[in-house]
Amino acid sequence: MSSQAKSISLFDGAILAQALKGSILKLDPRQLVRNPVIFVTEVVAAVVTLLWLRDLISGSGTPLFSGQIAAWLWFTVIFATFSEAIAEGRGKAQADSLKRTKSDLVAKRLKAANGTEYDTIPATSLKLGDIILVEAGDLIPGDGEIIEGVASVNESAITGESAPVIRESGGDRSAVTGGTQLLSDCLKIRITTKPGETFVDRMIALIEGAERQKTPNEIALSILLSGLTLVFLIAVVTLSGLAAYSGTIMTVTVLAALLVTLIPTTIGGLLSAIGIAGMDRLIRFNVIATSGRAVEAAGDVDTLLLDKTGTITFGNRMATEFIPVDGISEDELANAALQASLSDETAEGRSIVALAQADYGLSDTVPKGKEATFIPFAAQTRISGVDIGTQQIRKGAVDAILKFAGLGKDTAPQSFQKAVDSIARTGGTPLGVAENGRLLGVIHLKDVVKPDIKERFAALRAMGIKTVMVTGDNPVTAAAIASEAGVDDFMAEATPEQKLAYIRKEQEGGRLIAMCGDGTNDAPALAQADVGVAMQSGTQAAREAGNMVDLDSSPTKLIEIVEIGKQILMTRGSLTTFSIANDVAKYFAIIPALFVATYPQLGALNVMGLHSPQSAILSAVIFNALIIIALIPLALKGVPYRPVGASALLRRNLLVYGLGGLLVPFIGIKAIDLIVAALHLV
Amino acid sequence: MTLVGWLQISLTLIAVLLAVKPLGLYMNRVFAGERTFLSPVFKPVEWAFYKAAGIDEKREQNWIGYTFGVLLFSIAGFVSLYVILRFQDVLPLNPQGFPAVAPDLAFNTAVSFITNTNWQSYGGETTMSHFSQMAGLTVHNFLSGATGMAVAVALSRAFVRSHMTTLGNFWVDMTRATLYVLLPLAVVVALIFVAMGMPQTLDASVTATTLEGVKQVIATGPVASQEAIKQLGTNGGGFFNVNAAHPFENPNAFSNYLGVFAMLVVSSAMVYTFGQMTGNRRQGWALLSAMGLLLVVGIGAVYWAETSGNPILTHLGLDPLQGNMEGKELRFGQSGSALYTAVTTGLSNGGVNTMHASLTPLGGLVPMFLIQLGEVLPGGVGSGLYGMVVFAILAVFVAGLMVGRTPELLGKKIESREMKYAMLAVLVLPLAILGFSALAAILPVGLAGLLNKGPHGLSEILYAYSSAAGNNGSAFAGLTANSPWYNTTLGIAMLLGRFAYIVPVLAIAGSLVAKQKVPASSGTFPTDTPLFVGLLVGIIIILGGLQYFPALALGPIVEHFLMLAGQTF
Repeated sequence: MSSQAKSISLFDGAILAQALKGSILKLDPRQLVRNPVIFVTEVVAAVVTLLWLRDLISGSGTPLFSGQIAAWLWFTVIFATFSEAIAEGRGKAQADSLKRTKSDLVAKRLKAANGTEYDTIPATSLKLGDIILVEAGDLIPGDGEIIEGVASVNESAITGESAPVIRESGGDRSAVTGGTQLLSDCLKIRITTKPGETFVDRMIALIEGAERQKTPNEIALSILLSGLTLVFLIAVVTLSGLAAYSGTIMTVTVLAALLVTLIPTTIGGLLSAIGIAGMDRLIRFNVIATSGRAVEAAGDVDTLLLDKTGTITFGNRMATEFIPVDGISEDELANAALQASLSDETAEGRSIVALAQADYGLSDTVPKGKEATFIPFAAQTRISGVDIGTQQIRKGAVDAILKFAGLGKDTAPQSFQKAVDSIARTGGTPLGVAENGRLLGVIHLKDVVKPDIKERFAALRAMGIKTVMVTGDNPVTAAAIASEAGVDDFMAEATPEQKLAYIRKEQEGGRLIAMCGDGTNDAPALAQADVGVAMQSGTQAAREAGNMVDLDSSPTKLIEIVEIGKQILMTRGSLTTFSIANDVAKYFAIIPALFVATYPQLGALNVMGLHSPQSAILSAVIFNALIIIALIPLALKGVPYRPVGASALLRRNLLVYGLGGLLVPFIGIKAIDLIVAALHLV
Repeated sequence: MTLVGWLQISLTLIAVLLAVKPLGLYMNRVFAGERTFLSPVFKPVEWAFYKAAGIDEKREQNWIGYTFGVLLFSIAGFVSLYVILRFQDVLPLNPQGFPAVAPDLAFNTAVSFITNTNWQSYGGETTMSHFSQMAGLTVHNFLSGATGMAVAVALSRAFVRSHMTTLGNFWVDMTRATLYVLLPLAVVVALIFVAMGMPQTLDASVTATTLEGVKQVIATGPVASQEAIKQLGTNGGGFFNVNAAHPFENPNAFSNYLGVFAMLVVSSAMVYTFGQMTGNRRQGWALLSAMGLLLVVGIGAVYWAETSGNPILTHLGLDPLQGNMEGKELRFGQSGSALYTAVTTGLSNGGVNTMHASLTPLGGLVPMFLIQLGEVLPGGVGSGLYGMVVFAILAVFVAGLMVGRTPELLGKKIESREMKYAMLAVLVLPLAILGFSALAAILPVGLAGLLNKGPHGLSEILYAYSSAAGNNGSAFAGLTANSPWYNTTLGIAMLLGRFAYIVPVLAIAGSLVAKQKVPASSGTFPTDTPLFVGLLVGIIIILGGLQYFPALALGPIVEHFLMLAGQTF
């Protein structure tokens, strides 16, 4: 899926510089208090800094040690804010280019809806319901609905797609977006969004993270992390009392080090970066979500409603088979079908030519030396063909061909009838082929299912997601395509009301539904669905109803959106597990170091063989800070999602992040201790 | 460790496992209000109670109403017990003529028995009249257990119902738990105990003439009846000061194993009932497996530590094959003592047949750590189940995210509200245990009660507050807890450990019961597999136990290393 995404290098130089600046600005305690774990770390860092200053000025204590602890505690905080800043920075670049499209827009506001006279006013003073005129070359000043005219519009400013799209009044393509450019003709547009709340405005706000609010899952996780911080605060504060009983006087510096290494700084520091990066990943897939809540809900989706056309099938029926009547060879039929389709410029006609060329090695020219008269396909006759000399070759709808051949339904050869019936039964469309008065056979046209879609649905099933195909086809055709594509269920002859009813029914059963749609009649269902993805090409109503907009207008996006939603949750869970598992090793590093002066026997717990009590404590603190930096790439990229089912996924992640989280710090702290000792840092 | 020893342990645990299913199914029927074979006997009694109290059996309560019921009932219990203890000198059935119980001790004892802790700062046979023992303490042995069971049942219902607010009726659940579960079981077990020679009499004492011709006064009383519910209701408060080490409370090896069986059976069966009620028996077994796994490791650790003995004693010429026999009864031996010690602390029972202070340092660390894990192995009747569900919620939340979905337990989404209450509940134990221990370790009033110095003294303090906050009630001994400081602070720790835990648990139930049950799919994080059991065990150890590691390092752990170095306290 990464191939589709616009990739930004993980550590782009410009972004890095911005992020460094941002990470310092974010140290403001008023802002940091939103993140309790890191806020506590900052308070502790400030206290240790004061103690270091006291040591330094009074010349007592161990300023070299407390100074280094203070420095690494500050690094811990800065690494955390840096991770957030770098995640935001990646979106900022995109927001800046959007802002440029927005600046200095002017609007031609019509004095009367049916007139042509207008005032030129700045786009910012437009009001709801204003009617404006946009002419070729103009930038459209605001979001609106076309009330008159047809025009081609360049929407590359928001979609990144440079090919122009057609927008027209009425129907499903009547919405225009502020900041896009009219290439031809002129339009009358009714403004439907207030300035400052337009699509581009919302996009900028989302990308910049200004509107970022904690998602429900993020809040729940924050509560867990705050609770753990409190638990360890209790453990560390009370330890001073218990230690006093044992005759050990613990310095505040050491207690501070213990506290910060025990509280979940790793996940606490990376938590907001994970969320921002997830949204950013979505944006790079050209999907704009109106809230983080919707992205998270995507991870929980149980049922996907997918439109058949364009998602499951290519959208056009294509020839897949030639079935000759008795006495005619397949090659003969293929040749005739090819000849008869040369003048058929429809997608179906072209697919017949393509099939004859590919599977039968025929060339797409008429035999040389003969005069050929083409009869092009027409909707009235439903027939196309060619006259070569006296040969009249035709192909077309079965009844039209029978009429052409002068045959009735019952006088046609048995094998012809059989072929037609069997094709109809499987949901395909039969076309007849005839030469003069003789029937040659049948062409099987069918809705061709995209080649890799079955595997994708199987993968979705493994993820526990049910796929439902929605189509306007009759039940027979729908069933045939459904079984070929491997969807779990289908809705034939679907109406918007049926879609809505289906969604409601599933939701009553406790399931979360995702769907995509573009038409105004999809709007109720889009609003009802837990994840509603509206196509950028769709109507304003649809775009308002959904909670995401796909700028590429590609219905298959739903699958990627679900994967991104899952990735965000997985990354949070994995790093939380990692963070908590880390504590075991930190205990083994710090506890013997704390008490070894009083009870030398506790040195037995120093399983890592750390150099000295001070080096042990310092190493644990350094490890705790560096692990945040080391995990930033993972937080930004996300833990890879594999559609293998929850059990297998859990087993794997538990092994990597749970067991890994237990073992890695033992190795890391030991390695850092070797360096600390070698450099005589304490 | 011997094969025979392990066989005895295994047979007892297997007997419990065999009883889990029938008792679990029976309790499921009882709490659903269905007819059971005891209904003809107890239904009229039940109705009479409801009629007398004006309870409408069909009217259910929301979580606030339920909580209110629990608290009101416990306060009433506290007041009545306090009054009985303060006035026992003028109340009947006081053949020994004991004076009224002192205010701080009466507070501590009343709190202790309504919280199902049964911490005893007193010696029963020298402090309590028969009336106080029977009408006061034994009554609460039933009622406090039944209260815990009712809370667990309310929480279980929250997983079954969708879009509802009510969790059942506290008064009904509590009455049924007492009448249909605890009372009949207690009658059966008491009769078996009597058959084994346990006294059951209203006489004060018997006077015997010893071989030396000295007259000896042997205290006795209604022991068997209190002993039965002491075990079944995971109370642990003994009739005698030395609890189950006393030959009248625990006459022989068989009574010892029956005692362990009785301790385990109701708590374990409650977990099966949970599986049955929530329609997922495998979930019940998964929780029970996690409990069993940790408990067996605990039993093994005590058994190993104690049979390994004390090198200092070996140097003095004692037979190392005996292991450490200090503070143990010969009639139970190493395996019977290790089993009892781990079970009584894994379970919030708190009765002892071994003096825990006399265990080797590591042997003593195990019961303390088992209590600190939150009393969920399998914990007190009811309280063990709801404690375990809180851990399951935490485990599901931490690891459940790793499958890329909002975490769910039994189809209920675990979101910020559940998380908030679960964390509140989890905070209570370290706050009470470590907070009070740290104070006691530096304040003169705290230090005054210590028998031993050094790490062993710290273990005495830590153990006392762990036992109180965990509502266990066993004592490490050595600590003189009958002082205003300890009586009061231990009382507060007990109250916190009980009610500051129950209220968030019922709040979780109130939040869950309103939620839609999400059907499981292959994308759902499975919570009834061995993988989940392993995960749950990890979460219990890391989240439940890790915060005590520094404190334990200064107590039993350092004492162990000092013992190896030849130093004792």
